[in-house]
Amino acid sequence: MRNHRALSRLFIVLGLLLAGSAMAAEPVTASGAWIRLLPGDLPLAGYVTLHNHTDKPAKLIGVKSAAFKRIEMHHSMTMSGMDKMMPVNSVTVPPNGEFSFSPGGYHLMMWRRVELHFAQQVPVTLEFADGTQINTQFTVKGPAQ
Amino acid sequence: MKRTLLLTSLLGLVTLLLAACGGGTQQWKTTNITGVMPDLKFTLTDENGKTVHADAWRGKVKLMYFGYAHCPDICPLTLATVGRAISQLGDQSDAVRVLFVSVDPKRDPPPVLKEYTQAFGPEFVGLTGTQDQLKALSKRYRVSYSYGEPDANGEYAVNHSSAVFVFDKNGDVRLLMNREDGADAMAHDLRQLVNAS
Repeated sequence: MRNHRALSRLFIVLGLLLAGSAMAAEPVTASGAWIRLLPGDLPLAGYVTLHNHTDKPAKLIGVKSAAFKRIEMHHSMTMSGMDKMMPVNSVTVPPNGEFSFSPGGYHLMMWRRVELHFAQQVPVTLEFADGTQINTQFTVKGPAQ
Repeated sequence: MKRTLLLTSLLGLVTLLLAACGGGTQQWKTTNITGVMPDLKFTLTDENGKTVHADAWRGKVKLMYFGYAHCPDICPLTLATVGRAISQLGDQSDAVRVLFVSVDPKRDPPPVLKEYTQAFGPEFVGLTGTQDQLKALSKRYRVSYSYGEPDANGEYAVNHSSAVFVFDKNGDVRLLMNREDGADAMAHDLRQLVNAS
């Protein structure tokens, strides 16, 4: 419990630092980032919209966070009345466009390392093929969103 | 002559509209499948680990959805949509039960299911069973499920039906809903079933 509290504090400090660095002109920015909290240690889904401010495609190739053991990009789809979920290696944000991870479509599949709580802010790093990394805060929300 | 034709057409249209809107017959906003599938019948294990049959919820309007708890996107999205519909029923929400049937019994023992369904509201019940029981139930409603290849960490996705089957108080099949119907349409239809004698 104590560890979790210390970790939460660390996240807050990290978050503030990262928020500061995001003020610089970034080629890609993120908005509306949130995580759907489920009980126990079930994997969670994360959602975010990425905005590409350059005239070149931005290819997202990795997502990581100290709060998670593993984060994968997944695509949910309904085909012939069947719901399926497939991992994808990358997604591309079009030039001067956006890409959304949103419920029922693409999502981040996140396996927890630490306990998470409602309304908590969790820092997550998004890694792009050209080496760009952006840091963004994901807000933890309830399951029934 | 032209005017008569126009008048006749208008009259016809009005009659059609009246027939569609009124008359006391129930109008459904989701898909009516009354009589198309068999009544609700199963033997499964409930979220407390006890054997349970469909008649345990006699007198309630029942929604049945096949899914799995290690499903962080589509299943919560569907359950949340159903939950919003149920909350629109207000005082009548207790007349409805959502039976979340996990087709992934290996990873979803009753305690996991209990926690998962409780997160969506008191009307949500987790059920699972043996492969034989689950296959019999999914076959009864002409749906299927299958497991994806496990990855390096032993994690696998489960392919499952997106359908939400709705049964009236007597257990007769009535409606087919899916999350694209939206909470308002679901609430409209559930209210009619709850109010039906």
